[in-house]
Amino acid sequence: LSQVSAALKEGRVTPTELCQRCLALIKSTKFLNAYITVAEETALKQAKESEERYKRGQPLGILDGIPVAVKDNFNTAGIETTCASNMLKGYISPYNATVVQKLLDQGAVLLGKTNLDEFAMGSGSTDGVFGPVRNPWSYSKQYKEKSVPKSHSEDEDSNWVITGGSSGGSAAAVSSFTCFAALGSDTGGSTRNPAAHCGVVGLKPTYGLISRHGLIPLVNSMDVPGILTRCVDDAAVLLGSLAGHDPKDSTTIQDDFKPFELPNLTDVSKLSIGIPKEYHAPGLSSEILALWSKAADLFKNAGAKVVEVSLPHTRYSIVCYHVLCTAEVASNMARFDGLEYGHRSDKKESTESMYAATRREGFNDVVRGRILSGNYFLLKQNYEKYFVKALKVRRLIANDFMKVFRSGVDILLTPTTLSDAAPYMEFIQEDNRTRSAQDDILTQAANMAGLPAINVPTALSERGLPVGLQFIGRSFQEKQLLTVAKWFEKQVQFPMIQLEEVKKHDNSVFQHQKSASFS
Amino acid sequence: EKVSVEVLDHLEHLALVDFRDSEGVERLQKAIQFADQLHEVNTDGVEPMDSVLEDRCLYLREDDVTEGNCIKELLENAREKVEEYFVAPPGNIPLPKLEEQDTFLQGS
Repeated sequence: LSQVSAALKEGRVTPTELCQRCLALIKSTKFLNAYITVAEETALKQAKESEERYKRGQPLGILDGIPVAVKDNFNTAGIETTCASNMLKGYISPYNATVVQKLLDQGAVLLGKTNLDEFAMGSGSTDGVFGPVRNPWSYSKQYKEKSVPKSHSEDEDSNWVITGGSSGGSAAAVSSFTCFAALGSDTGGSTRNPAAHCGVVGLKPTYGLISRHGLIPLVNSMDVPGILTRCVDDAAVLLGSLAGHDPKDSTTIQDDFKPFELPNLTDVSKLSIGIPKEYHAPGLSSEILALWSKAADLFKNAGAKVVEVSLPHTRYSIVCYHVLCTAEVASNMARFDGLEYGHRSDKKESTESMYAATRREGFNDVVRGRILSGNYFLLKQNYEKYFVKALKVRRLIANDFMKVFRSGVDILLTPTTLSDAAPYMEFIQEDNRTRSAQDDILTQAANMAGLPAINVPTALSERGLPVGLQFIGRSFQEKQLLTVAKWFEKQVQFPMIQLEEVKKHDNSVFQHQKSASFS
Repeated sequence: EKVSVEVLDHLEHLALVDFRDSEGVERLQKAIQFADQLHEVNTDGVEPMDSVLEDRCLYLREDDVTEGNCIKELLENAREKVEEYFVAPPGNIPLPKLEEQDTFLQGS
């Protein structure tokens, strides 16, 4: 981001050119299905305004003129916000989510809204009404080289891989260079999972740091806006512009937040890295296990203290999440009744029959399934047994982390996903709940405990697809977390995607990385 | 133990969402089975945690009106409205009982 910002300041490129290039790239990568809505007119208008500011020598900051994308579950004034659901098709938000407003106030150019799983429920970005998102790496030289050669050209299109989810559109958008940063949301890993599969940085901030006002809620006690960027420094920039108390979201903490620049760490000898043994979960691919081990060695050889730790309740985090998520979803989805906004059924006999028909027509199976499960767990006869029980288990999970951090560990290092991205045809063999339960296993606990976590792209798998590793930090210690992540990023030199079907752009604008890789 | 038809019907009424078919009911059964794993954990003496920010005070601002007067924006997205009202079909009419419905659950 700092490079582009400098280029804009020096006039080597104008915000309008930047915007136009991104819009053109979006058009030529339409097959990825990363965007639901492209706000071409407003984006160009914002770019023009930015250009005027640069001409006057008064840019609003580092984000002025920078094209960004926002996941379609954030409200954006005047732009359709659908959550990839029939329930909100045609819904034009009357207001901007706080994080969107903050981006606009700093001059960022909003290119459009990205695709997701319906209402952010899912781990593949495959269950939205606008169709699945395709991982840009499916079309990379690196993946194609490793694929079994197909004899017929019509088969070539069928082994594309998923982006992961639910912020798949945002991850794909950043990964395919159509924007410089994107907003996602993270409730169970929804930002870090697609970040890992798409080879980008995915940051889940501490719960309470960034405002959720305007983010259509899934689980109020765990949702956070997520940040997707191409490098850790950029994530720090975005964090700096978004974090802070918001009077419109009373779950944001009132402490003063000071944006920071990340130091270039050279000495890691004072660092203590924890390796939670329970994260060696069943189903973890041997490739990722090896990478994780290699990363631990990297820290050890650089002088850091690397210790094995235990988070004994890790395996219950998914079950706990399942109960709490469905319960909160049952409550949060109750607002969709067709009266004030969104889809409305034609049934007129009674309010209840209209509501029932509207919800029947508007929600997909996944959403309806979670609402019904949630209502079951909240029934009077089940409340103590399931809901309250889950809340107790939640405390145990959060306490596990507290114990480990109190014992002197600074940062935890874990894998982000169990394997590299699966081909779409394979992924859809199992239903959404099964997939979510499998894929969220490594990311969910951080949401349970409200801790900050980040995915850093680490290396390419044997299939030529990105694999990332996750760092989990102490509450509100994003600076430390990102500093360590940045050091690690520098060590691994993750290769740049070599997109085949897409023309590459002017090199002066995009970052270069050596292709020497970690694995 | 399977969930009884009465409870299924009750859930459909509470949620105002239908199971649609046997797959929907299976989904619930599996969800309950999955959730039952919670009972393996010993939570004696553990307090439920509803928020990770439980040690902090929620922010409460002054009771001053700072925004409003946006009737036009609020009505913009509603399909049926009259003057400044959202229009709803008649209320207080309960959904038909299970026996009177043409739903999948009838056949169970």
